[in-house]
Amino acid sequence: MTSPIVLLGLVGVLYTTGVYLILERSLTRVLLGVLVLGNATNVLVVVAGGRAGEAPLVGRAPESAMSDALVQALVLTAIVITLGVTSFLLALIHRTWTLEREDDLTEDVEDRSLRRRLASGEQEDEEELDTTGCENVADTDPEDDDERSTEAAPDPAGHGHRAPAASTTGAGEDTR
Amino acid sequence: MLVLVAAHAVAALVAPTLVRGLGRSAFAVLALVPAAAAVWIGLQLPAVLVGAPSAQPAEEIPWIPALGIDIAMRLDPLSATVSLLVTAIGALVLLYCTRYFPPDARGMGRFAAVLTAFAGAMLALVWSDDVYVLYVCWELTTVFSFLLVGHDAHKRASRAAAVQALVVTAAGGLTMLVGLVILAQAAQTTRLSALVAYFAGPAGGSTGSAALTAGVVCVLVGAITKSALVPFHFWLPSAMAAPTPVSAYLHAAAMVKAGVYLVLRLAPGLADVEPWRPLVAAVAVTTMLLGGLQALRQHDLKLVLAHGTVSQLGFMVLLAGAGTRDAALAAIGLVVAHALFKACLFLVVGVIDRRAGTRDLRELSGLGRRAPVLATAGILGAASMAGLPPLLGFVTKEGSFEAFLHDAYGPAAVPLLVLVVLGSVLTVGYSTRFVWGAFWRKPGVPTVTWQPPGLLFPAAPVVLGVAGLAAGVGVAGLAPLLVAYADTLPASYPALLELKVVPSIGLALGLSVLAVTLGFVVGLPRVSAALTARHPLAPVRAEITWRGVVHALENLSLRVTVLTQRGSLSWILTTIFTVLVLGPGVALLLAADLGAIRVDRLADSPFQVLAAVIGAACAIVATRVRRRLGAVIVVGGLGYAIALIFALAGAPDVALTQALVETATLVVVVLVLRTLPRDISDRHTPRQRMRRLLVAVPVGLLMTGLGAVALAARNAPSVAAAFPAQAYGFGAGANVVNVTLVDIRAWDTMGELSVIVAAATGVASLVFLHRRSGAPPRSEAQPSVSPSTRAGGWLSSARRGDGDRVLLLEVVTRLVFPTMMVVSLYFLFAGHNNPGGGFAGGLVAGLALVVRYVAGGRHELGEAVPVDPGLLLGLGLLCAGGTGVGALLLGGEVLQTAVLEGDVPVLGQVKFVTSLIFDIGVYLVVVGLVLDVLRSLGAELDRRRAEVTSRQEVPS
Repeated sequence: MTSPIVLLGLVGVLYTTGVYLILERSLTRVLLGVLVLGNATNVLVVVAGGRAGEAPLVGRAPESAMSDALVQALVLTAIVITLGVTSFLLALIHRTWTLEREDDLTEDVEDRSLRRRLASGEQEDEEELDTTGCENVADTDPEDDDERSTEAAPDPAGHGHRAPAASTTGAGEDTR
Repeated sequence: MLVLVAAHAVAALVAPTLVRGLGRSAFAVLALVPAAAAVWIGLQLPAVLVGAPSAQPAEEIPWIPALGIDIAMRLDPLSATVSLLVTAIGALVLLYCTRYFPPDARGMGRFAAVLTAFAGAMLALVWSDDVYVLYVCWELTTVFSFLLVGHDAHKRASRAAAVQALVVTAAGGLTMLVGLVILAQAAQTTRLSALVAYFAGPAGGSTGSAALTAGVVCVLVGAITKSALVPFHFWLPSAMAAPTPVSAYLHAAAMVKAGVYLVLRLAPGLADVEPWRPLVAAVAVTTMLLGGLQALRQHDLKLVLAHGTVSQLGFMVLLAGAGTRDAALAAIGLVVAHALFKACLFLVVGVIDRRAGTRDLRELSGLGRRAPVLATAGILGAASMAGLPPLLGFVTKEGSFEAFLHDAYGPAAVPLLVLVVLGSVLTVGYSTRFVWGAFWRKPGVPTVTWQPPGLLFPAAPVVLGVAGLAAGVGVAGLAPLLVAYADTLPASYPALLELKVVPSIGLALGLSVLAVTLGFVVGLPRVSAALTARHPLAPVRAEITWRGVVHALENLSLRVTVLTQRGSLSWILTTIFTVLVLGPGVALLLAADLGAIRVDRLADSPFQVLAAVIGAACAIVATRVRRRLGAVIVVGGLGYAIALIFALAGAPDVALTQALVETATLVVVVLVLRTLPRDISDRHTPRQRMRRLLVAVPVGLLMTGLGAVALAARNAPSVAAAFPAQAYGFGAGANVVNVTLVDIRAWDTMGELSVIVAAATGVASLVFLHRRSGAPPRSEAQPSVSPSTRAGGWLSSARRGDGDRVLLLEVVTRLVFPTMMVVSLYFLFAGHNNPGGGFAGGLVAGLALVVRYVAGGRHELGEAVPVDPGLLLGLGLLCAGGTGVGALLLGGEVLQTAVLEGDVPVLGQVKFVTSLIFDIGVYLVVVGLVLDVLRSLGAELDRRRAEVTSRQEVPS
């Protein structure tokens, strides 16, 4: 079975541009990348369905001449899901914008704190305890939860408020 | 039998309620359950002792028939003995809990539930006759013991000990599962009794394969971890963080005894398989000596006992694993004796801890005089532990010496006997230390303050202590049950061992006297201090290794996480794409039959070329456009080009949906992006662009190649070839794609609907943050509206004279909206036979709402659809799910379509296909999604902007 070169070429171009877009730092471009990649995948699936044929409507065309209905059903579902995903990404963009007045991806706070932990050689010291010496069973030490996520308190109104996370990200040693 | 196990489960479930109602007395009610089980076992004993396996009580219900796994239970002499201990001591421990806890203790309900469930799991473990059921119960005891050890969850030591116990025993349990699978495969049965019989029989003896060796080692690892033998012995003393009743139960009858039970259970069949005896002997003897030495060093009474248990477990496993009749008899006797005296001693310590306020033997002094009854119980227990006549401990210790004299472990019997005697010396030593530490008066230590514990509190330990004495004196009554198990093993010596309270004069008695005499000396505080002063055991501290391993693992995971999660999305995506290109890409180049690709077709039609060129151009332009809205519109152009391609490929439904979705997407994107700056900030250097291109181009090439190869490699006819016939035959629809969606592959659609509902909910939550539900805002009441204008109904909010109303748009909306709604309903109903369907219909309806929103503003949305979008989403999901359930209830398969035909007056013949209801569900969900998005990203954003503007205007 073969497929038209034009469509295969289109798939290639769309994937290339989609990946190029999604690797951007601007969230809007990431969104565009997701849209392009979604289209690229849909075309790829339809191409994989084989030769183009008549619309799969029983009675309008002989069954042998019909195009593959399964890939169409799959793609149809995918298209609508893309709408949902797009809406969700848009909500994220809106949220980032109201919080940080920025359309750019910021570095993940949790990942950064992990890196810091490794650098300082800090460990969960839960196991440091000599559990065999049960003399200290009676210790009622205060809860040792280290509140790491103090930074993540969002401003509900979210106007003109720049989260502390954003300020330190500018250096961005790993972000591009 | 299953009823009794189930009774434990039920009791565990109602335990919290009981505790809430009755307070700590609820434990007494719960104790009735294991007590009933104990009575039942007692009544079954005559049947168990008959000897014929067919006469033994057994039950089974099929569980996984395909694999031959049944929930099978059997009561043979071994399981009867151990389950008697489990239930009787379980009942006593529960009874003891009624006084151990202060009346207002926290978390008592949960504790009672878990303890009862633990007793039930242990009982089921002992009774189960199927290796997989045994494994499940094994892990259940692991989980419950984790909860029990970690009962005081606010203490760090408790948490650490619980996690340690869980990790060690669960790891051992998984290893054991592997072993059980190997053994069950070798024996071709999962039935435990049949498995043991197979290996004991002639067929089992000759199998010396490597797989069998591995299986035996794996099973033993399970037993070793569970029974806290070296090198996993450290979890048991750590588990002392648990409340004392739990410690008593864990040590005496449950949990650690499961390991011993497993060894006892399998020894008749597997003791002759190669690494069994050396492995068991080495591990068990080391444990015995190490535990004994450690016990002499402890100051905490509970820890003295805990290390003592480790030592005794070593002793028991050594005997149990010998695989001879006499050793097995001594072993099972010791199991009984140990259960009685260890439970007694722990419960005594619990009373001391509660009433004297300490269990440090350096602070306790003169307790024997103050609490003579308790002291008697404690001394009885300790004497049994030390092996003094006429207690059961003495009888079994004599028996074990005899067993080694009767050539257990063949040529290794004599060296092992020497080590066992040494172990007994240590046992007598720490027993002495316990009695001295708990009850003796010590010079220079003030007598403890002591609150009398009442009658019920010390009842359980007294009963257990006396039971040890009674069982020792009356061992003749107990012996038949124990001998019945021991007789399943081959005798190694002409004269058979008997358990009897009056010892025969001989070498064994001499060794006992020697051990006791030396042990008393060792137990003297000064001697034991001198013996253990030099920390001879430092190198064997497995716990240090354990901690090292845990640390290393944690460190490794941290490093891997930091290495891969660089905190930047583009970095993570680059990693993913690189792996994609290097992995499947290289595989594609190497493995695919690239020669099969035939390039013989440029395009199907000229329009296809046109659409593809437009699409590609749009995509490329989109990467360069800096205007935000411009870029969005260019990508929209790509979408329409793709819709054209779909239409040309013979996919009208897909093309229709694509075009509609593209329109909806455009509107939604513009709604959000209008709040953002006009231009996209572009901070990338040319080098970064180059790098991104370096990732993107290979991905594009790979996907093109993938498409070509996939097509070339295809050699089977499409699944969809049968769809048209099915669609018309079963789905009663001519539109194959639509029938595929609502019938043939309706499950996919169900999943998709759930995704959409989740996405819509996510959008609303991200925008609204606080409240999720509620209808879109409606316009405020307008008293000035006259009935005549009211009749006009909609676009009323635009009439209020907002500055930005567009007359043309309003007129068009009035013309177009009804038409669009009619079209949308047409799509919905005609979709079964013509292009259309729920998706397309829903999208058209959604777009109609978009039109009204754009023309009339945010209040118009509420006027058009005055309901909560969540309601639409839920209703849609209900319709779709209801079709599935309805078909099931009417006797069909889930989501099966039924066709109803009939004559309706006026309309004539009407054909109704039930999948239409499913399609209506789809329709509602799609409308709900669009409405939710409009409400969140449209109306709510409008409201905020209006707020901001008004706030800015007020001060100026």
